[in-house]
Amino acid sequence: MSTNKNSQTERRIIYLVLLIAVALPLIFPIGWKTDVSNYTKMAWDLVQSTPDSAVVLFSFDYDPSTLTEIQPMAEAMLEHSFSRNQKIIAIALWPQGVQMADQAFTEVLKKYPNKKYGVDYVNLGYKVAGIVAIQAMGKSMPEVFPTDQSGTKYEDIPMLKKVKTLKDVGYICSLSSGTPGIKEWVMAARDPLGTPVTGGTTAVSAPGLLPYVNSQKQLYGLLGGLKAASEYETLIHKIGSATIKMDAQSIAHLLILVFILIGNVKAFVTKKRSEQ
Amino acid sequence: MKYKLPLIFAFVCGILVVISEFIPHRPFNMMISTLQDWFMIISGFAILLGQISLFQANIKKIKEKNPDWVFYLAGLISFTVMLIFGLLWGTQEYRGILGNGENIQATVGMKPFDYLFENAFMPLSSTMFSLLAFFIASAAYRAFIIRSFESNLLMITAVIVMLGRTSFGGMLTSWLPEGLRFLHLPNLSDFIMEFPNSAAQRAILISAALGIIGSSLRIILGIERSYLGGEK
Repeated sequence: MSTNKNSQTERRIIYLVLLIAVALPLIFPIGWKTDVSNYTKMAWDLVQSTPDSAVVLFSFDYDPSTLTEIQPMAEAMLEHSFSRNQKIIAIALWPQGVQMADQAFTEVLKKYPNKKYGVDYVNLGYKVAGIVAIQAMGKSMPEVFPTDQSGTKYEDIPMLKKVKTLKDVGYICSLSSGTPGIKEWVMAARDPLGTPVTGGTTAVSAPGLLPYVNSQKQLYGLLGGLKAASEYETLIHKIGSATIKMDAQSIAHLLILVFILIGNVKAFVTKKRSEQ
Repeated sequence: MKYKLPLIFAFVCGILVVISEFIPHRPFNMMISTLQDWFMIISGFAILLGQISLFQANIKKIKEKNPDWVFYLAGLISFTVMLIFGLLWGTQEYRGILGNGENIQATVGMKPFDYLFENAFMPLSSTMFSLLAFFIASAAYRAFIIRSFESNLLMITAVIVMLGRTSFGGMLTSWLPEGLRFLHLPNLSDFIMEFPNSAAQRAILISAALGIIGSSLRIILGIERSYLGGEK
């Protein structure tokens, strides 16, 4: 009983300390800089090397639960893409991805107020069926998305005139936090059609996708978690939400390391006592 | 017939899909296009079915006064409210049955569905995910204890990766000379992720792919029948 109580008290102390440690850097940003990793640089390179005015596709395959990590990536990559004058098609393989796309555009359009819907960007909305929808888009985009979100016919959207299949887009960027997501885009778009795929995911999911960043370039780089989002912001010279939140994440990681150290010291002392 | 017909469908469709991968020409490519259309339509209905099932399961739990039935009720009410608001006044792009609800928009700044989505659903979902950080901190305190060689290895790796994933980790070893850059914490972290981690992940991916092929064959050949509802 007393062990249980001790453990509960310890847990509460950990929660409280962590809460303070995360909240303080958000209120008073420190401004630590982040080194840019190769994976982030590769994703940036793909956007950078894609010709101006190319039509590109952003797939919003996440929902609000992973908003904190992925939305800053989406905004940074959209901003980079707009800065290169690329025309953006937004779609969603997750139902709530549509709203995520809308929010990202709203944020980015503050910097690019001259970008016009239908000419510079379009939101085609959500499509069910995951990998099968991607395969179908590889054959015909208008068949999968006969209209955009507001009901305008695919053929009547100026920027989509020359985009008939996924082969016609410059690259695909999947911002995903699960299935369907990056893996499905690699399997159904990059491998059979050759369309370059890049993307971003949560820090937890990133290790599972790293094997796809290989010499066959199944995946052109990968943004994993908030750190990668802040790296991307560094590359586009932006101090965005990821850069600010990174301070809090760094402090949280350090604190967890301190907890691990304390836990080990405690285990060591307990072991010594029991031996005596 | 109840079982035979779905089994025949599964067999024919499965075989067609496999053949079309090897012979992507007429008539197989056309058949596959049709099958893809069917799949998308069926998936749409599956969402509807899921919602009906959600309703039924929750109502049953509330009726039976299961433990925590109040939470099921709260879930059901939230679901119904969002559904009704969406139907009546639509979402940002779509009109609802009653139009766009201009009066409500003038008061709250957006449509009721969007207002609830942005001000209730999004913060709640983000909070749920953020809570993970607290559990991870608490679990790390108790789990990362040096007990054996393996646990020691695990802990050292975790410490390097965690430090390498922070801005602080970069600063900590930024003084290292050019010849020792591989010991720079972010570089070490990247090395662990790129080689040992990728090797393990590849093994997992290959095993999972083999598993998927195996279970797909079992379904196509009618050995695996659990999808028909309970039968082994």
